[in-house]
Amino acid sequence: MSDFIEQLAAKASDEGLLDVAYATMDTPIGTVVVAATKKGLVRVVLPGESLDNVLMQLAENVSPRVMAYPRRLDEALRELEQYFEGKRQRFELPLDWRLSHPGFYRRVLRATAKVPFGEVITYTDAAERAGSPRAFRAAGSALGSNPIPIVVPCHRVVRAGGDIGNYGGGPEMKRFLLELEHAL
Amino acid sequence: MDQALPPFQAFLEEHLDPVRAFLRGMVGPNDADDCLQETFIAALRAYPRAHAGNLRAWVFTIARRKAIDHQRSRSRGEQPVADVEQVVDRTNSAPPADAGVGMSPRHSAIWAAVAELPPGQRAAVVLRFAVDLRYREVGEALGTSEEGARRNVHEGLKKLRRSAAELKEMTR
Repeated sequence: MSDFIEQLAAKASDEGLLDVAYATMDTPIGTVVVAATKKGLVRVVLPGESLDNVLMQLAENVSPRVMAYPRRLDEALRELEQYFEGKRQRFELPLDWRLSHPGFYRRVLRATAKVPFGEVITYTDAAERAGSPRAFRAAGSALGSNPIPIVVPCHRVVRAGGDIGNYGGGPEMKRFLLELEHAL
Repeated sequence: MDQALPPFQAFLEEHLDPVRAFLRGMVGPNDADDCLQETFIAALRAYPRAHAGNLRAWVFTIARRKAIDHQRSRSRGEQPVADVEQVVDRTNSAPPADAGVGMSPRHSAIWAAVAELPPGQRAAVVLRFAVDLRYREVGEALGTSEEGARRNVHEGLKKLRRSAAELKEMTR
């Protein structure tokens, strides 16, 4: 990134004009994009999605004032790095939930955010914790639309029969994360 | 439905170089980066209300306004100045007085000649030749018709040719 763009982003942020700041980071699962509003972490993008598409979605769904500005993501990048090194079990980041549907979906995600490192629950457990024990299918959809994967650990929700179930980045990625947490 | 606005980052990456070239031509290389930052901060401020269909003309309009503001504040001597000599230097010279710093004499003479042009002609000449826009696009960026843009470039070039001839005369 050029100095000019970096300085521009810093000034934009100081003046309160930078609605969405993003950064990319290399991880053992591939390149991850993280984005934050002034409120907190709003999006984590798993490898496989094109950066252009991700930025377009952020422009449309949050604000077109989107710029690369890793400084706003320093803490998120640091905690994710520690997580992948096996040195962190809890994220302590402010989250901006605006990209999840309010209501049942968001309740499922908030409940999932509380599942500790190294543990797994079933889709039925997730539905129950969100207040609708029979809505396990809807819970699956809610988890599938998780805008903040890894930090909101939807990978810790698995099928009742022992199958690990689906994952946005593919089942292999889910297995990798669960193995990293020694949950399998 | 309105076309969706691209993320500002993409807009910035697409227009940064042409707008920089434009501002260099308008205010000279030394002040271009200040104007460039002001231009894109102003663009970011207004961005959510911009029309996705015509962002290039839109950003050049902002850049031109910033260049003109910059020249006005300079010629009024509003910039903080260190000593009397500097004030005299600023008020006596054409806007991009320091345009030639670090350039070959010939290059610097061209800058100086471009700087002498009236703002409308200068903007049109710079957009046509330094930014390489077509006449229609020059017109869009300057809020004139294609014909108007052609006329401005033509008049500007005529004056530049005259300056070039004088220059040749002087350096003979």
